[in-house]
Amino acid sequence: MKDLGPLIPRNRDAHPPALTPDYKTSVPRSPSWTLLSMESTPSEETGPRFGHSILGEWDNNLIMNYTKGKAPAVGERILVHGRVLDENNRPVPHTLIEAWQANAGGRYRHKKDTYFAPLDPNFGGCGRTITDENGYYEFLTIRPGAYPWPNRANDWRPMHIHFSIFGTGFGQRLITQMYFEGDPLINLCPIVKTVQSRGQIEGLVAPLDMSKARGMDFLAYKFDIVLRGRRQTMFENKLEGM
Amino acid sequence: MVQKLDTLVETASQTAGPYVHIGCMPTYAGIPDIYEVEIGASPISDGAKGEIIEITGEVIDGTGWALRDAMIESWQPDASGLFAGQEGADPAVNGFCRFGADFESGKFTLRTVKPGTYKGRGGVVQAPHISLWVVSRGINTGLQTRIYFEDEDNSNDPLLNRIEQRPRVDTLIAKKTGEGKYIFNIVLQGDKETVFLDL
Ligand SMILES: [Fe+3]
Repeated sequence: MKDLGPLIPRNRDAHPPALTPDYKTSVPRSPSWTLLSMESTPSEETGPRFGHSILGEWDNNLIMNYTKGKAPAVGERILVHGRVLDENNRPVPHTLIEAWQANAGGRYRHKKDTYFAPLDPNFGGCGRTITDENGYYEFLTIRPGAYPWPNRANDWRPMHIHFSIFGTGFGQRLITQMYFEGDPLINLCPIVKTVQSRGQIEGLVAPLDMSKARGMDFLAYKFDIVLRGRRQTMFENKLEGM
Repeated sequence: MVQKLDTLVETASQTAGPYVHIGCMPTYAGIPDIYEVEIGASPISDGAKGEIIEITGEVIDGTGWALRDAMIESWQPDASGLFAGQEGADPAVNGFCRFGADFESGKFTLRTVKPGTYKGRGGVVQAPHISLWVVSRGINTGLQTRIYFEDEDNSNDPLLNRIEQRPRVDTLIAKKTGEGKYIFNIVLQGDKETVFLDL
C-alpha cells in the first residue's frame, strides 16, 4: 500500500471549541474531556472516493435540480464558485462537495422545518459537485433567505449555505457554512461567533466576485475551502508528483 | 520579521445544523429522487466476504437524552483489513456509510461487514475497528471516534493503549447482544463520555 503520509495534526484553534454557551444547544452536546491525540493512521488517511459517474446532469444547479430542468426556483440567481485547497496550498482535485440551504424565504425543505415562510415548489435545497483537476467547483443557486431560529428570543441566521467536503482521507472530513459579504446579521450570529478568531470568521465570508458574474443572468460569490494537508518530508516518502 | 510560511489554515468548522440530512441524506430528509445515486446508503453490497453484523445505538447528550437529529458517517476496511481502492480489496465493500438517528426514537443502525485487522505505519497492527464521524446541531466541530468489538483481541491496539484512564477504554467497545449483533452508544457528555479522537 502506498503511504500517502500522515495528516497534519488539526490546529484546534482554527475551529470553534465544543462548548459555546451563546449557542445554547452546544451546552448539553459538548464533550468535556480532552480529545485523544496521536498520529493519523490508515483509517484517517484513506477515505471514500466518488467518481463523476455518481453525478447527474443537474446536480450542481440548485435552481433547476428539483424539477430536473422543468421550472426554476424563485430567488436572486447566484453562482458560487471557488477552489478546494489543502494546508500545503495545493489544490484538492476530484473531491466531492455537497451543499444545502434554505430557499429565498428562509425555509428548508425538511420534515422538521416548520417556519411559516412558504416552501418553493421548484426548490429542493441541495446540490453536489466534484472538483476538477485544479480543485475548482461551482454551483448555480439562489441566494438563501435569513431565518429566525430558537436560541435567544430574537436570533436570526445570516444568509448561508452549508458545505460538506470530503478530501482524500476520512480525517479531512469537514462541514462548514458560507456567508455573504456585507450581511449585517453575520456579526450578530451566535453560531458564527463560535469561531473565536476574527480571521477564521472572515475565511467563511464569500466576497462578491464580479469577474464571474454574468450580465442579465447571475451575480457571483467566491468561496475557497482549505482542508487538512499531509505532512510530507523528503526523507520519509516521495513528494506527490515527484 | 521572518520569512512567510507558504501554508494555509484549515477552513473553520461550523455546525451541521438540524437539517444536515437535506445535503447528505436527502431521502431521509424527505427529498427522494433528487439524485440518481445517493452516496453512503450502505458500506457493503451483496456478496461481501466476512461476517455481516448489525450495530445499533444512540447518540446521548449530557442529560441522558438521545439526539433525534444526529448524522453519523462510518469508514472501515473489508474483512481482510483492506480499504476500498487498495489492491486486492473486496469489491463488494465500499466501506462508507451514512446513517441518521431516527427522528422519533433516536436509534441508529449500521449494517456492515466486520472489519479485519490491518498494519499501520511501522507495521503496528490495529485491532478491528470502524471509524465514526458524528455531526449534528449543537456540535460545532464533527466528532471522531471508533467502534471496537468486545469479542476481538484489543490488547495491543495502539490507540486503545494510549487511553490513560483505563475505564474509558470501554466507551469505544461495542457489546455483543446476539449472533452478529452489537450495541454501541455514543455519549457526548457526562459520566460515560465517549473517548473522542484527534488524529
Ligand atoms: Fe442553516
